[in-house]
Amino acid sequence: MKRLHLERLANPQLLALVAVLLINWLLFPNFFRIAWQDGRLFGSMIDVINRGAPVAILAIGMTGVIATKGVDLSVGAIMAVCGAVAATMVVAGYPTPIAVIAALAVGLACGLWNGFLVAVLDIQPIIATLVLMVAGRGIAQLITEGSIVTFNDPALVYLGTGSFFGFPMAAVIALVLMIVVTLLVRRTAIGLFIQAIGVNRAAASLAGIHSRMLLMLVYALSGFCAAIAGIVVAADIRGADANNSGLWLELDAILAVVIGGTSLLGGKFSIPLAVVGALIIQAMNTGILVSGFRPEFNLIVKAGMIILILMLQSPLLGNAIGFFKRDPKQANSR
Amino acid sequence: MKRSLRPLAATAVIFLIAYAVSVLQFPGMLSTRVLGNFLTDNAFLGIAAVGMTFVIISGGIDLSVGAVIGFTGVLVAVLITWFGVHPLVAFAIALLVAALFGAAMGLTIHYLQVPSFIVTLAGMFLARGGASVITQDSVPINHEFYRTISEAIIRLPGGGRLSFIGLLMVAVFLVGALLAHRTRFGSYVYALGGNTVSALLMGVPVARTTVQIYMLSSVLAALSGIVFSLYTSAGYPLAAVGVELDAISAVVIGGTLLTGGYGFVLGTFVGVMLLGLVQTYIIFDGTLSSWWTKIVIGVLLFLFIVLQRIIFAASAPGEESSEKV
Repeated sequence: MKRLHLERLANPQLLALVAVLLINWLLFPNFFRIAWQDGRLFGSMIDVINRGAPVAILAIGMTGVIATKGVDLSVGAIMAVCGAVAATMVVAGYPTPIAVIAALAVGLACGLWNGFLVAVLDIQPIIATLVLMVAGRGIAQLITEGSIVTFNDPALVYLGTGSFFGFPMAAVIALVLMIVVTLLVRRTAIGLFIQAIGVNRAAASLAGIHSRMLLMLVYALSGFCAAIAGIVVAADIRGADANNSGLWLELDAILAVVIGGTSLLGGKFSIPLAVVGALIIQAMNTGILVSGFRPEFNLIVKAGMIILILMLQSPLLGNAIGFFKRDPKQANSR
Repeated sequence: MKRSLRPLAATAVIFLIAYAVSVLQFPGMLSTRVLGNFLTDNAFLGIAAVGMTFVIISGGIDLSVGAVIGFTGVLVAVLITWFGVHPLVAFAIALLVAALFGAAMGLTIHYLQVPSFIVTLAGMFLARGGASVITQDSVPINHEFYRTISEAIIRLPGGGRLSFIGLLMVAVFLVGALLAHRTRFGSYVYALGGNTVSALLMGVPVARTTVQIYMLSSVLAALSGIVFSLYTSAGYPLAAVGVELDAISAVVIGGTLLTGGYGFVLGTFVGVMLLGLVQTYIIFDGTLSSWWTKIVIGVLLFLFIVLQRIIFAASAPGEESSEKV
């Protein structure tokens, strides 16, 4: 077990994260300085984990979906819907736990709907989740009646901006979720089943895996994670913004998962590395901001990053390396 | 043949019913003015949707369309306003840039063998980021040529106006339909969407066709960006955010099968008009808020996807399992 952990530490994702953080440090020498103030930690590093938390939470759910060769485009819209549900219920005077549970239930229901379209109606995942991506923001606006619902409920606000032993609450939620989901899929056979479906759904079904139920489960988990992210984001700004909450975050989440080494062709996934991927994205984000570049460069850097990863993941490159070097590791990874 | 025309017929019938219901409620909607504005207001969406139709028929998807529209608008505005380039030259430059951009995406998709949505996602970030790096603000276009074009309208009896950009969209649809159904390139696109491996074995030049498809989509998106700049007389880096989703919706509602290999360019036209109808209805009603547009489009999308599944499950029971997993 210990040995396995050491091996895992030397993977490209963590090295990339370290590299990005070092570049940030070179550009902005105070990057690693962490201060303790008002009972919590402050600093650029803390900011990276705090701001990266929503994408990390989304990425946890998205990993499962992508591992089954699917994709969930609706997570951003589900975030908006769930944030709207939590905010409106708190404003209407419901106790916070009820509002949070209701929002989580709505997220779960949205995920199950996606799962139903993909698993039962056999619709392509991109398109099945597109339905909710388009309609979701409309539904969120319907719930908030077109305005930004603001709230001051201390318990709900704590979920977004509170601190837990000095660490930002959002990051703690993401960490706990990551550990729980990872244990759930890796300590049981579920992870293996998910991989089997990703490699070949028909074969997996023939081998006796309940592929329909598992697909429903995977999409439900993605919806559930989106609900958590939606609540965290709404709590962070003390308001539910149906138009902008989670806008384009689905793309960041997909990117995080891909950076984490999960194959878009299914069959290979890692939840902790997807979270590392989210941190890499956020570290670049923060790096661009603190070093004084204009934030627009962020998009271009992200595009460059996707292209780089695609080239690294591409079978063509793998074949080429395999051809020239006969490197056994490369051959195995494909 | 008749069986395969069913989704198209269904879309057309639904459009006619929806239009008839709208007219019964608001007689004002049955006028050449409303119909003329249908074309003008949806011109940029329609042009982009033609390109998207080709991409989807080939079994891919292009998420970069909205960003390319925004980028082209900014590029054209900056060339005209800051550098004093003649609009026609600016248009040519914009179309050329888009062609190269699309070619790069097509090459990446084919040679790196990666799903089109992730490549075009990178394209989307790149184009949107590029537009934002050029300028953050809206750049107004104040040129003689733009005024001439916006005044070039054909008046119809009943107060209707056919604008240049509306007619341009119709022309693009007609050319697109000819390209899809009457040329070799069109057949290649259908073949690719049906089954890439069979297409390759049959001698379809897969690499060239893939590149051409994404070039076509990007060029049409750029044309759409030009139309958008004519429509708004400005270039703005955040213009047309999410138009790719509207375009995909229009294509699906128009009866094109998302797994590829099947679809109609003219069906997309009906799809665009149906989306326009939803918007116009909500404006006419006045009490419905704009977010209903999104919900209705989502519901329509869902209905048409289910409809397609039912029709195709009934007509082709054999080719179920392997592909759509």
